[in-house]
Amino acid sequence: MKRIFLISLISLLLISSFGLATTYIVGTSADFPPFEYVQNGKYVGFDMELISAVAKTEGFNVEIRDMSFDSLIPALRSGVIDIAVAGMTITKDREKVVDFSDPYWFADQDVIVNKDSKYTVTVLFGNHKIGVQTGTTGDLWVSDNLLKPGFIKQNNLKRYQSFIYSLQALLNGAVDAVVLDSPVAERFAQMRPVKIVATLVTGESYGMAVKKGNSKLVAQINDGLKKLKDSGEMSKLIDKYFGK
Amino acid sequence: MQLFLSSIGILLKGTETTVELTVASIFLGTAIAVFIALGQVYGNIWIKIAATIYERTIRSIPILIIMFIIFFGFPSMGIRFAPFVAAVLALGLRSSAYQSQIFRGALLAVSKGQVLAARSLGMTESQVFFHVTFPQAIRFSIAPLTNEFTIVLKDTSIAYALGVTELLREGTYIVSTTYEPLLIYSMCAAIYFIITFGTNKFVSVVEKRFSIPGYEVRGVERA
Repeated sequence: MKRIFLISLISLLLISSFGLATTYIVGTSADFPPFEYVQNGKYVGFDMELISAVAKTEGFNVEIRDMSFDSLIPALRSGVIDIAVAGMTITKDREKVVDFSDPYWFADQDVIVNKDSKYTVTVLFGNHKIGVQTGTTGDLWVSDNLLKPGFIKQNNLKRYQSFIYSLQALLNGAVDAVVLDSPVAERFAQMRPVKIVATLVTGESYGMAVKKGNSKLVAQINDGLKKLKDSGEMSKLIDKYFGK
Repeated sequence: MQLFLSSIGILLKGTETTVELTVASIFLGTAIAVFIALGQVYGNIWIKIAATIYERTIRSIPILIIMFIIFFGFPSMGIRFAPFVAAVLALGLRSSAYQSQIFRGALLAVSKGQVLAARSLGMTESQVFFHVTFPQAIRFSIAPLTNEFTIVLKDTSIAYALGVTELLREGTYIVSTTYEPLLIYSMCAAIYFIITFGTNKFVSVVEKRFSIPGYEVRGVERA
């Protein structure tokens, strides 16, 4: 009797586990508003809602796990997380170690200066200090287009661990301008005495990253993104987080 | 002021995780350290060598690398830990190496003369250890252990790299949406300070309570 009960219990468990949707662990770095941040103890932001919507259309569950941005790619490679959704720009270097979904967001770079300064876009040329966040597209753009051709000096480029620190350096007067992803810069400009003097149209694209070779998951994500674009849900999310 | 009030609750939630991390790591560290220290002081040559290799190796690796090896390296061998567990393991292992040296020093600080005197009274080796060496060694190690506690407490802030949402990480969440680094990070600093200061006060009371009246450490030539 006991044995029958046990067998039926095990088979019930097996059936239900096949029936239930798989859960993927989504890694993010929740300090990059409006893409991902924490509100009332919950992970919110454009990226977070987008991946939840993708999961819903594709029929899988997601569990958000927060870590530092630098840890995301090692975590993908070691299988600690399944998908990284963190406003991550698709670059050639990253594509060597992880696979990206289709781009879901195209970002430009803003040039930000203090509100009472007289700087314009020409702040980028000449003897001024420029702040960027290490490893971001702003960093790459300044390095490739200003530093290498010799428009600015090596020690005039200041790299910071987080965009917050680069903006604080701007407010403190340690740098004259900061180059930063547009939506993030715009949010800051609404709350602090800084202004955006130029937008550099770099058109870099954000993608969701998965472990190299996991083409099944990439296909699922791409399919979900496409469905969301077609149904108009994507534009609703964009309005919610970036609407003026 | 409003930000202060709205942040303090969130930061205290992070503080809870920080304290849990610290206490769990210290206990794990002590559990391992006792064996390492006993091995280094009383073990035969092979045990001494093994214990010393362990202690030297762990002490010379930065805590972040130990964490990354456990959390990102071990999964490739099929060993997986939750972020919290991985952080406790890393902090605990690191702390065990340092604590072993505290215990080793405390055991050796009990003067050889006392041990010889106890032996000459006819006590067995284990009687000497439990009645003479150990009661003194445990008192010698209280002060340095507090120091180790504060070091581990502050190092728990590194655990956020693995995704453990402790005090500093909760602070960073608030800073990234409110853009108030001075206030928030000062609050984090104050919380760390209060915990450290409170623990030190508490331990010095304990130390006084258990001190042996009239006892002084006097050097006796080692025989």
